[in-house]
Amino acid sequence: MSETALLESEIIVTRRESAEGWLRDAIENFGQKGVNWSRKYSLFSYPFVTACCGMEFMSVSGPRYDIAQYGAEFPRFSPRQADLIWIVGTISQKQAPVLKRVWEQMCEPKWGIAFGACASTGGFYDNYTTVQGADMVIPIDVYIPGCPPRPEQVLDGLRLLQNKIKTESGRVMV
Amino acid sequence: MAQFVLDQLCKHFPEAVEETSAVHGNETAYIKRDAILEVAKYLRDDAALCFDMPIDCTALDWQDQKPQRFEVVYHIYSTTLKHRLRLKIRLDEKDIETPALTQIWKGMNWHERECWDMYGVVFTGHPKLKRILLYEEFEGFPLRKDYPVEGRQPLIEMRDTATVPTEKEITPEMLNRP
Repeated sequence: MSETALLESEIIVTRRESAEGWLRDAIENFGQKGVNWSRKYSLFSYPFVTACCGMEFMSVSGPRYDIAQYGAEFPRFSPRQADLIWIVGTISQKQAPVLKRVWEQMCEPKWGIAFGACASTGGFYDNYTTVQGADMVIPIDVYIPGCPPRPEQVLDGLRLLQNKIKTESGRVMV
Repeated sequence: MAQFVLDQLCKHFPEAVEETSAVHGNETAYIKRDAILEVAKYLRDDAALCFDMPIDCTALDWQDQKPQRFEVVYHIYSTTLKHRLRLKIRLDEKDIETPALTQIWKGMNWHERECWDMYGVVFTGHPKLKRILLYEEFEGFPLRKDYPVEGRQPLIEMRDTATVPTEKEITPEMLNRP
C-alpha cells in the first residue's frame, strides 16, 4: 500500500464530507441516475378518489401508516402541480372523460397508480356502467390489488413505483 | 298497520283500486293508471290519511308478462300519522306512460327522473324529464331485462390493453424488485 493511500484511509470521514462526496458523485453521473433519485422521493400526488378505497387512502396518508416517510406525502389538488395520479376507486363510463382530461393536464414526467380492484380491473362491476380498469383510459404504472388494499400493500405498491422510477432510462418529454 | 288506509281507498275509489294486499305490514294497492292523480291527491289532502312524504318511486320489469310488462311502484309515508302505503300501477309495454306524481309531491321529482333513466317510463306532466344518473348520449334503458349486461357505451375511445402483461407473463425484471 502506498503512503498516500495509507494516509487517506486514516482520515475520519465526517457526515459533511460524506455528503459532499455523494454530491460530487451525483454531479459527475448527473445523467439519469441523480435525476431519478431525486424524483422518486419527491412524488407530488394527485388523489383521484371516486369510491370507498378513499378511506384506505386516508389511512395510508395519516400518521399511522405515514406515506410521508416515502416522500409522497404532499397531495396536490391541482393536476397541474402533480406528477403522480392515484386512481382510488371505480371509474364509471361517465367519469372516463374527466379522468382523461385530468391526466392530460399533468406535466411530464408523470406516473399513475391504480388503487384497488375497481381501478385495476373494474372489480366486480362487470356491467354497462363501469370502465373495466383505469388502464383503458390512461396508462398505469403500478396496479395495487385488494378490495380495498391493506395499507401495507399500498406502501409496497409505492415502493414498486419508486424502484421503477429509479431504474428508468429516460422518458419522452412532450 | 295501515289497513284503515286500504279500507278508505276501497270505499272512496271502488273503480280505481284493482286489488289490495297486506303482507307483514306492507299495505299495497294496485291503482288504475287513469285514476292515480286523483287518488294521490286524495291521499295527500285527506285529514285522516295525510300522506305528506314521498319515499320512493321505482319500477319492475316482468319480462314474460305480456302485455302488462311494467309496474311502477310508489312508496309514501305520513309523518304525522306514522303510516305508510305502497301504490302500484300496471303499464303496457306499448303504452308506457303514467301521470307524474311530482305534481302532487314535489319530492318525487328526482325519483321519477331516475325511473325514466333506468326503465324508460314516461311520466307525463313531469317538469324536467331527462336522464339523471346516466349521460345524455346513452341509448336504451339499462335496468330493463332485455338490455344486455355488457352493453357498454363508452364516451371516449378506450385504450387497447392487450399489451398489458398478464400475471403469468410477468418476470422479476418487470417488477424491478431490488
